[in-house]
Amino acid sequence: MTHQTQSQHTFDSERVRADFPILGRTARGKRLAYLDSAASTQKPQQVIDAINSFYSESNANVHRGVYELSERSTELYDQARGTIARLINAPDKRQCIFVRNTTEAINLVANSWGRENLKAGDTIVLTMLEHHSNIVPWQVIAQQVGAKIEYVDIDDAGRLRMDQLRELLASGSVKVVATTQVSNTLGTITPLKEITSLAHDAGAIVVADAAQSVPHMQVDVQDLDVDFLAFSGHKMVGPMGIGVLYGKRDLLEAMPPYQTGGSMIREVHLDHTTWADLPEKFEAGTPSVADAVGIAVAADYLSEIGFASIREHEITLTNYALGQLREIPGMTLFGPDGEDRAGVVSFVIDGAHPHDIASILDGEGVAVRAGHHCAQPLMRRLDVTATARASFYIYNTEEDVDQLVSAVETVNSIFGRRAS
Amino acid sequence: MADLYRENILEHYQNPSNFGTIDAPDITYEDTNPLCGDRIRIDLRIADGKIAEIKFSGRGCAISQASASILTELVDGEDLDAVRELSAQDILDELAIPISPARVKCALLGLKVLKAGAYGITDWPETE
Ligand SMILES: Cc1ncc(COP(=O)(O)O)c(C=O)c1O
Repeated sequence: MTHQTQSQHTFDSERVRADFPILGRTARGKRLAYLDSAASTQKPQQVIDAINSFYSESNANVHRGVYELSERSTELYDQARGTIARLINAPDKRQCIFVRNTTEAINLVANSWGRENLKAGDTIVLTMLEHHSNIVPWQVIAQQVGAKIEYVDIDDAGRLRMDQLRELLASGSVKVVATTQVSNTLGTITPLKEITSLAHDAGAIVVADAAQSVPHMQVDVQDLDVDFLAFSGHKMVGPMGIGVLYGKRDLLEAMPPYQTGGSMIREVHLDHTTWADLPEKFEAGTPSVADAVGIAVAADYLSEIGFASIREHEITLTNYALGQLREIPGMTLFGPDGEDRAGVVSFVIDGAHPHDIASILDGEGVAVRAGHHCAQPLMRRLDVTATARASFYIYNTEEDVDQLVSAVETVNSIFGRRAS
Repeated sequence: MADLYRENILEHYQNPSNFGTIDAPDITYEDTNPLCGDRIRIDLRIADGKIAEIKFSGRGCAISQASASILTELVDGEDLDAVRELSAQDILDELAIPISPARVKCALLGLKVLKAGAYGITDWPETE
């Protein structure tokens, strides 16, 4: 695998599109403009073929067999873990635990690390940008151990109030800072490296929700010095049903298992059991090997395009979209303007509810999300019940944006003028 | 999609009938559609087993608000027992627009609130 970090040629999104069979279909009889990649991305033929070929040629359970197929399956599973480790520059592939998704990865940390390390009087710091999956697991563990939760607010542009983080850390009671690296609602890219350094100085660990960052930018866990990092395969052109938890080795080794049963044991006696080493300690039961193979092919696919090119492409599309949407009467756009914004555009339009916007866009073949984006505290903070959200990825083009803009104009022609 | 946002729906959305609240209502009930946060409250005044006055308030999408407005027109002055028989299909027929599965709950929130308030039926009205 080549690990490109520099864009070497201009981005050819038409060539990329050709790899994604679903983009050839229509929606409501119109050309499909798929602008909901923040919820889940489409899959290239390479990933679909890899899963298919695993089941046609290599399928067997891992670890337990001495026969050829089981060896083959075990080897593929192991290789997939290596690919994922290279993707995020993990020092050792055993620090990459396969889980179902980001949500499960965070639950694993909150339950296993949290139960062992949090006690009454400790503080858990979250941010106002978090997805429910980086809020609720912490609330549950906080209740169980009697810890307190504090939130870092955002400023009017949607950036984290780093002054508040510093203030909270100064209290000395903070044991963990759990933060998103990219907001799925505002697109804000948080200064994760700075957060990690501040937290470490205060004796706290950092858990990063990288569901929206790993698919879109180069993420280097060693450079960030992050303690735990979670992401999902299905948001990075990989399959649903597989995700990754990266953790620092000493932390993972000191943690008790999250789920128990087969595969994660060393020895089972009638009255006690000893645990397997990393990563098996955290992978109870039969893993989804086909999906591990799929996420590895997805990682290679993205690395081959190069994350610098991906990022550049998304910045271009986002700016192109923002420039046009800003001109539409009644439009309110959310999220920061600048380098620290990913390819996510949340908006509301005066007089039209986001669900009505999404329905009208749907009628024009434009797939966007409307709702609270699993970030209800953020919605309340922004004083809206919901937003409409378009999100961009490697297969999106200016044509998708034009289709979006023209559909949004239709919203105004249905609702806007009548509202006056 | 112009189908979904026909003139009568937009009219009810932007100029709803029976919008507001009743002072000291005999029945009041409020609920939300958790999917999109639509919120509707219905207040009723009952006289001789009939709906003597009905008001709704809330906020949300055009479908939920227009549907509630149409519902209040439909049941105003009617016998409470008769209103009990009102089905999900009756409301969808009354709206007369193609409602996709994703939007059915928006369309039925008003009926759900009315039935919960008047009869304690808190389930979502069934569609066939
Ligand atoms: C920022 C963020 N965190 C967490 C999640 C949860 O991901 P999953 O549903 O794959 O567990 C999402 C996806 O919706 C997300 O956008």
